[in-house]
Amino acid sequence: MSTVPEARQAATVPEMRQTSTIDLRNVSRWYGNVVAVNDITMTIGPGITGLLGPNGAGKTTLLNLMAGFLAPSRGELTVGGQPSWRNPAVFRTLGLVPERDSVYAFLTGADFVRSTARLHQLPDPDAAARRAIAIMDMADAQDRRIATYSKGMRQRIKVAAALVHDPQVLLLDEPFNGMDPRQRLQMMDLLEDMALHGRTILFSSHILEEVERMSGTIQVIVGGRLAASGDFRAIRRLMTSRPHVFLVRTSADRLLGAALIGRPAVTGVELTPRGLQVRTSDFGAFSRELAVLCRDGDIRLREVLPSDESLESVFSYLVSA
Amino acid sequence: MRRMSGLLNPVVLRITLRATLGRKRALVFLLAPLVLVLITVALKVVARSPAWPAEFLGVFGFSVVLPLTALIIGTSVVGAEIDDGSIIHLLATPVNRLSVVLSKFAAAVLLTIAFGSVPLYLAAAIAKGPGDKLAVGLLAGAIVAAVAYNALFVMLSLLTTRAIAVGLLYLLVWEGLLGNLIGGVRVLSVGQYSLGVANSIARSPALNAHLTPATAIVMAVAVTVIALALAGRRLSMFALKGEAA
Repeated sequence: MSTVPEARQAATVPEMRQTSTIDLRNVSRWYGNVVAVNDITMTIGPGITGLLGPNGAGKTTLLNLMAGFLAPSRGELTVGGQPSWRNPAVFRTLGLVPERDSVYAFLTGADFVRSTARLHQLPDPDAAARRAIAIMDMADAQDRRIATYSKGMRQRIKVAAALVHDPQVLLLDEPFNGMDPRQRLQMMDLLEDMALHGRTILFSSHILEEVERMSGTIQVIVGGRLAASGDFRAIRRLMTSRPHVFLVRTSADRLLGAALIGRPAVTGVELTPRGLQVRTSDFGAFSRELAVLCRDGDIRLREVLPSDESLESVFSYLVSA
Repeated sequence: MRRMSGLLNPVVLRITLRATLGRKRALVFLLAPLVLVLITVALKVVARSPAWPAEFLGVFGFSVVLPLTALIIGTSVVGAEIDDGSIIHLLATPVNRLSVVLSKFAAAVLLTIAFGSVPLYLAAAIAKGPGDKLAVGLLAGAIVAAVAYNALFVMLSLLTTRAIAVGLLYLLVWEGLLGNLIGGVRVLSVGQYSLGVANSIARSPALNAHLTPATAIVMAVAVTVIALALAGRRLSMFALKGEAA
């Protein structure tokens, strides 16, 4: 397991710790006999951190613990130095974007964000709402009822509401769900920008590819345990260099197989009744060469299926690496 | 100062009123008042016994219309938002949890008065005239019912996900069945508190009130305060389940 030097450093600066550090010491949470979060110790400081793991790994439980919507069964958890369980005051410095897409659909976007600003008792709720809506690029749609919004727009208005009091710490549960690639990039830029301004941004995701572009640190959760942590670049290298297996069906499997085995990007070819099983260490080079070989050999490409893309296999690869 | 003004939160009150009236079941709210007024008009034409307004409005109003209206509204002001998860947008702010409960309770009381207590008064006014002591008494009792029932049902919706079923059991078995068989149960029955208050003004034996006004008021206040305190405590420990493991 690698370490997170940046986060550790931040945690040792006392004033930073005051407002924007999430600290977990041996935190566990179980439901009856089921352990959802198992003895996790981590410090998340200013900057952007991704909480990654397959579905059911315990990411949402962990975020709920941090936001004070669950009591730890064991261990200590503080946000900005104070415990979050039974302490609504923690939301003066904390913003939460929940995963569930349940907003007050009968309100307009502007109403929703303004109401949140008033619940925070901000001195100028209207101005704060306008600012948050502008940041999320929702000014054009702000006077429409949320019921008419697309999933990506709902996600953005939820983030605007969570940002309205300009929190030091922002927790986002699967924020990229339902966003198209352009919105996703925009959201990532925004989060990275906030992180650059000294805020602590923690988001969860179960799709590694989603966060490929990001910089910062990640915490990988598998089966309720902290399985790995480190920076994005290291994880990204592991991801791109890990072996990929594809099932390729063509009009001439044997011919293509012979050509493929001669390519450096291909590390193995097997002829199966279902098609060619191709193992590659360089996904990008493989996909370019496959197209060229088929064109040159006049081979009809029927299907290319990734056969080991299940998230569990990706995560278990990362964890074992 | 902030804490004082925070006990009733206008934002929570406004959102709750809009959410409750915006749901499809809001149409049901109109049904009971309509039936109440129609039957009253019909009875006024055909009924012979001079005691019919107190008999009909006492029984139908206080053991059907008011408790059911309060049950539907009181269990939904918090319960529906817990079910669909939208309550998290209120709770992910520093707003005092007791003030969330009190504001939602206030919304429920207002709606129950509008869809239960006022129609009951209108029906009594149609039967006996707007200034009649039966009409005034029923209105006072119906307001007590709106307050105490909603405190109870708001609390239930925070304690159990089956608040409507538990509330119905309370109404049918406790108030309806045991309340008629065992005298002591009446002291712990919201229906009797409201009838007690109604009878203190209306003075009609046909209302079937068994408690003195003092007992009724003291008990109604006690039940309301205890239920709301428990509800506030419960909401401050509101927990979200994580993803299905």
